[in-house]
Amino acid sequence: MHPAYSVIFFTTAAGAGYGLLFALVLVATLVAVPLPPALLLSGLALAGLLVTAGLLSSTLHLGHPERAWRAFSQWRSSWLSREGVLAVAVYPVACAWAWLVWSAAGRSLTFDLLSLLLAVLAALTVYATGQIYASLKAVPAWHRASVPTNYLLLALMSGAQLLQALQLGFLDQPAKSAALVPVSIALAALGKAWYWWQIDRAPPPSSLGSATGLGAFGTVSVLAQPQTEENYLQREMGFVLARKHASKLRVLAVLSLFGVPLLAYLAGGLGWTVLGVLSMAVGLLIERWLFFAQAKHRVMLFYGGRL
Amino acid sequence: MTALPKQVTKKLGLVIDLDTCVGCHACATSCKQWNDTGYSAPLNDYDPYGAAPDGVWFNRVHSYEVSHEGNSRTVNFPRSCLHCDNAPCVTVCPTGASFKRAEDGIVLVDADLCIGCKLCSWACPYGAREFDEVEGVMKKCTLCVDRIYNANLPEASRVPACVAACPTGARSFGDLGDPNSGVSQQVRDRGGFALMPEMDCAPVNRYLPPRARTAPSAPPLTPLVTGFDSALLRWVDRLLGG
Repeated sequence: MHPAYSVIFFTTAAGAGYGLLFALVLVATLVAVPLPPALLLSGLALAGLLVTAGLLSSTLHLGHPERAWRAFSQWRSSWLSREGVLAVAVYPVACAWAWLVWSAAGRSLTFDLLSLLLAVLAALTVYATGQIYASLKAVPAWHRASVPTNYLLLALMSGAQLLQALQLGFLDQPAKSAALVPVSIALAALGKAWYWWQIDRAPPPSSLGSATGLGAFGTVSVLAQPQTEENYLQREMGFVLARKHASKLRVLAVLSLFGVPLLAYLAGGLGWTVLGVLSMAVGLLIERWLFFAQAKHRVMLFYGGRL
Repeated sequence: MTALPKQVTKKLGLVIDLDTCVGCHACATSCKQWNDTGYSAPLNDYDPYGAAPDGVWFNRVHSYEVSHEGNSRTVNFPRSCLHCDNAPCVTVCPTGASFKRAEDGIVLVDADLCIGCKLCSWACPYGAREFDEVEGVMKKCTLCVDRIYNANLPEASRVPACVAACPTGARSFGDLGDPNSGVSQQVRDRGGFALMPEMDCAPVNRYLPPRARTAPSAPPLTPLVTGFDSALLRWVDRLLGG
């Protein structure tokens, strides 16, 4: 599948934003020592910035961005619509949460319930993003449960690291929730390994013979394409990445996404953590680019492609 | 609404005969011609007279070679929307622009609602949908909804443009939900099949398989002249490099 930069930026930035939101409200509710409001509000602002920038970027690949509001209507059947509805639902809840933090009302049942609601909405939004891809049966690499799992784990991981950097910036003593960083890195790395293991091992589910139904009559090969130049389908879904490039990029993704951030965490300190966050951002972009570039669409079978 | 209709009254669709299709592309060009002024008009072209012409087409004709035990044959394969009963392109649409009609099962795009997110084209395993880069909306085969009910046309012309144009009668149009219709009869008689049944899209269109070929009665490349039994003729043959 063609890796569109607007969608890569959207899914990684918004994923990190929702992950930060999730980690922030979780830590604010569960950790016994109350966190300073300045930290909470800065975290919320950073999350809001990432999510909003991502959502705006996602409209860039639309043919009619001015009609984007129509996408909120079909939540009963469409994961894309559900993602839009959930993404918008996060804003008022986050604002109410921020107001509670700002007014320094302290811990209360309302605050805990609102935190829980915000965490659930943030997680559901990321899940919906993953489901947009996982629901596409026409793209065998994506049509699996490990896809939304990856989106959730990578969002949690990026959120945990952003929160760690914020805590190191605002607090004098080490953060109580620091363990979230290595745990989320390990989980996300396992999730990614699971996905790659699956797509590398899966036998091609279909061929030109089975797609056309002509396999019953012999070996099918392309004699002539329907047109001389590449068409929309071939440009959008015919992206092919050479295997050797893919393995190099995977190594690069693993190092920058999991390796450097883990070393940075072990080294400790704000400087190292910021470096880890920057490396993670690069790693996320490579990982998401690969997610598209390595996924093949069944329609390419008709053009002589292989799954 | 992007929910699929629970029940369709009719299942209008095409039956395409892979045995008689000669791959002339008349269906594709007449489709382009009709639909350029029809329901989803215009079907834009990009760089039409330049080095890399491209554009929106609802119907594309592939040509395949099918080899079996040393013999091979050409099978031409027109590919267009199959107007699936369980159309994934409809349910993924976030705006309700993509819909399936309850009265005849035709899958259409409402260009005024489409935001051009392209997700429907990703959801379709058959490659039936093409994005119009000029208008920023998705386009697809309308089964010539503006022809088949068009009272201004003589009744015989109220068929999709591709069916009307086919010089070999390889394309038929009708109600595949009615077991007594001509198209259903054709499917029964010829063992018509659905494409990619494992996708669970429940396509309406059917393809008729190429007919079995009879074994050739003479071996290929039988000598045209036999009887090189005289020494003279053998000598002439050698002289000519035979």
